[in-house]
Amino acid sequence: MTDTFQLDGVAVPFEPGQTVMQAALAADHYIPHLCYHPEFKPHGSCKLCTVKVNGRTMASCTMPAEAGLEVESEIEELNALRRTLVQMLFAEGNHFCPSCEKSGNCMLQALGYDLEVHAAGFRHQYPDRPLDASHPDILLDFNRCILCELCVRASSEVDGKNVFALAGRGNTKHLIVNAESGQLRDTDIALSDKAMQVCPVGVILPKRVGFSQPIGERRYDASPISAQALADAPRPPSGAEHD
Amino acid sequence: MTDKKKLRIATTSLAGCFGCHMSILDIDERLFPLLELVEFDRSPITDIKHCGPCDIGIVEGGICNAENVHVLREFRKNCKVLIAIGACAINGGLPAQRNHLDLSACLTEVYLTEPGLVHGHIPNDPELPLPLDKVHPLHEVVKVDYFIPGCPPSGDAIWKFLTDLISGKTPELGHGLIHYD
Amino acid sequence: MLPDANPIYGESPRCDLHADLHEIVARHCGEKTNLLQLLIEVQACAGYIPADAASYIAATLAIPRSRIESVASFYSFLHLKPAGEYRVLFSDNITDRMLGNQDLMEQMCRQLWVQPGKVSEDGLLSINTTSCTGMCDQGPAMLVNGRTITRLGSQRIQEIGQLIRNRTPVAEWPEDYFKVENNIRRGGLILNNKLAYGQVLQATKALKPEAIISTIKESNLRGRGGAGFPTGMKWEACRNADGEARYVVCNADEGEPGTFKDRVLLTAQADLVFEGMTLCARAVGAKKGFLYLRGEYRYLLNHLHAVLQRRRDSELLGEDILGERGFDFDIEIHLGAGAYICGEESALIESLEGKRGVPRNRPPFPVTNGYLQQPTAVDNVETFCQAVMALHMGAPAYRAIGTEKSSGSKLISVSGDCASPGIYEYPFGVSVRQILTDCGAVNTRAVQISGPSGMCIGEHEFDRKLGFEDLPTAGAFMVFDDSRDMFEVARNFVHFFAHESCGFCTPCRVGTSMLKQTMDKVAAGHGTQHDLTEIENLDHVLQTTSHCGLGRTACNPVLHTLKHFRPAYETRLKSLDFEPAFDLDGALARARQMTGRDDAGAHLKENE
Repeated sequence: MTDTFQLDGVAVPFEPGQTVMQAALAADHYIPHLCYHPEFKPHGSCKLCTVKVNGRTMASCTMPAEAGLEVESEIEELNALRRTLVQMLFAEGNHFCPSCEKSGNCMLQALGYDLEVHAAGFRHQYPDRPLDASHPDILLDFNRCILCELCVRASSEVDGKNVFALAGRGNTKHLIVNAESGQLRDTDIALSDKAMQVCPVGVILPKRVGFSQPIGERRYDASPISAQALADAPRPPSGAEHD
Repeated sequence: MTDKKKLRIATTSLAGCFGCHMSILDIDERLFPLLELVEFDRSPITDIKHCGPCDIGIVEGGICNAENVHVLREFRKNCKVLIAIGACAINGGLPAQRNHLDLSACLTEVYLTEPGLVHGHIPNDPELPLPLDKVHPLHEVVKVDYFIPGCPPSGDAIWKFLTDLISGKTPELGHGLIHYD
Repeated sequence: MLPDANPIYGESPRCDLHADLHEIVARHCGEKTNLLQLLIEVQACAGYIPADAASYIAATLAIPRSRIESVASFYSFLHLKPAGEYRVLFSDNITDRMLGNQDLMEQMCRQLWVQPGKVSEDGLLSINTTSCTGMCDQGPAMLVNGRTITRLGSQRIQEIGQLIRNRTPVAEWPEDYFKVENNIRRGGLILNNKLAYGQVLQATKALKPEAIISTIKESNLRGRGGAGFPTGMKWEACRNADGEARYVVCNADEGEPGTFKDRVLLTAQADLVFEGMTLCARAVGAKKGFLYLRGEYRYLLNHLHAVLQRRRDSELLGEDILGERGFDFDIEIHLGAGAYICGEESALIESLEGKRGVPRNRPPFPVTNGYLQQPTAVDNVETFCQAVMALHMGAPAYRAIGTEKSSGSKLISVSGDCASPGIYEYPFGVSVRQILTDCGAVNTRAVQISGPSGMCIGEHEFDRKLGFEDLPTAGAFMVFDDSRDMFEVARNFVHFFAHESCGFCTPCRVGTSMLKQTMDKVAAGHGTQHDLTEIENLDHVLQTTSHCGLGRTACNPVLHTLKHFRPAYETRLKSLDFEPAFDLDGALARARQMTGRDDAGAHLKENE
């Protein structure tokens, strides 16, 4: 018999080494998240997946599952915090959805929808973040970067290239590429790289294929991100466990 | 019919494209039941020039110049509930794409150095409102009570939002009606 | 591995980087963990890290070039663009402000025709502010090319301006500028100890490592960095954890504004610190130790290296310490480079590994997965000193000092409005009022205990006692008299946290800078009740969702001053419940200038 913890009053089974997030998704329970990706080591930076564990708030993506934990997630107190975090991300960057190729397929936007965020509310920062269109096939629009580091992790861990890195700190933190010129065309990125596929927002885009899906047929048009995340969650086929 | 007092609504477009107003018209035949409940004050529909005391003010577009500030303040002063409608009102939208450009450089390029200009000069007629150095969403200038996102929000979203509000419910859009694009 | 390979550098603003770069890189290229140390040396040599130097380092170390940019841009003392031959940084703690640093900085900017934060057009200098440099008892203070200058005044600023204008190398400036006093006002267990160096190591030679740990446990010693984790438990966990190697790390990244006791310990009691580290090494089974020294204290390097060398020469470090076969231990000094967050132990370890100082996800904790993922005991400078005393006296005698739950003594860094700022050592359990009396503070309105991340207490709480039972503290004790505006104190601290946020997690990265903007709005006289509500909302998000202690405590200054000194906020508020987020009329200034208009329509009133 596997161990379980309680998530919003429901028993969730888990394997040793799984985090609360991994176990929850595998057992068909959605916890909002942005920087978490099932194929990568949990990062714990966006804090959207904040839950209450035995009364203390913590990120569920990095919290190791333990037998008997009392985890709360779908409660208004936490959704209010998540709403504020989404609003912070919108106010921090330049997220102009109507002109974004990723609109309809964007996790940040979809989370905003799910949490019924009508406006960022905060003072918009309007940072100056010039595009990098230097590469013949790939465009970088830093305006939309939420600093989740998924591209950094994918490029280094899967592609073995280190095309992306983060520079600066605090509110000057930003994404950079691995070239003395600072330009993407001088890196060894390729369209087939994993780093091309993991951006949850609209920073890393292949050129000449924007707006290819009509409105109504995009990823989050049909069903909300909560349903999509569960449909995509890795599940053990039969006893075999996702690591 | 009981003469229950109708709610008075004012609408305007500031630094916007009137797309949200077009969407208001997309409420289509439901405008008739709506008109049972509300009447319009200042609005492109009525051509009333100044806003009187109202229950609801609906403002499209962001704040890009001094006149926008005056109109927005007039709305805030007269409307019990103020709604920002559409991307521009909520986050500056398309006009705010100029926010990372220097205003002086913009004016210089457009009116003085653009190729083909002869005797260029920056308009200084006091009748013209001066542009602010950046475009701002409404909530950075006055208190805003509600936001209807979308570029533009659909007629269905506006209908849902307004009927919720009029019936005294906290408006909720839900999947399919809430969108930012 | 020669721990004293680090020279004192940063004296000359102009050196030949091309000649030195190869030597610097060659010295460090064996260890990728030395990247930060290498960059610090390049910075000191060239005044910045030139692009071609970064490419050369990347190629030689076989690391992605972006990593260099990534690491360098994390630390505020490293520059990827020229920042002036003379880089002047005014310490900007609230205590520096109370001593007039803002006027002095303005004076210097005027004298040398530079704007704060910008490099002068001739590339000669830049003037900016930096977080507290740990000289609060002898401020205002500044750093010039990394060298600490204390007791600034108008006359001294004038002289420094002249020296810079004449391009006099910093090494040739009057020695008196660089004098740092210990200002020990009250000694105790630690500061009055009469131990000879090596004495306790010798005396405990017969003890098994387990016995050292049990003595520390029985002595009830708790960490002096603020969190108060039981030291014996930490050492035991480190000893028992699986690993190929174990490490001892001394956290001398004393960045908490208002704290300077570790500086004094490293100056006056360096042997005690190293002896504590060596005893810890013996207890946990470590062969290597690090002293992570904040960049602001770089001037202590020569002294510390000399002490380490003397200890090596005396068989107190190195192989077979005191003739005990297999007891090998040595200590390497790593420098920080202007990042408060590196005082958080897991961020410190990342920095030791030559990376960006971003706090790790915990668990696992450093005792099992620390430096290079190996078991690591990270303790505060003062904790190591206390450990030596506990082993020297024995647990019962040590536990007799202080209170039931807080054994031993505590060094307090007193600064602000008092007659005698400096270091005071007390047994735990001393009242705030007693310290105020001893330091000659009068008409005290508030005391900031343990720095911005700690607590601000008002007069009715002055009988509270320092200790883990009541007021835990890392040692800062900033005194504010009744002439001080507590709102401005909180605003200074909020600026500090925004500057020091590492930017890893959303709430802290965005929240601290929004908190700063809102506090600035209130300070400018545009605050409303609506803004106070927003401040409270931001505080809540920071407190509940931040990744580490920085974000979780960043709102403390505001929470505590709002609680005790709410009128300091409210008197600034407009009676209206809303004010624009920005200066409306000011936003028309550019357009007025471009059109030449100044008519009524070219202005916006605050209200209409």
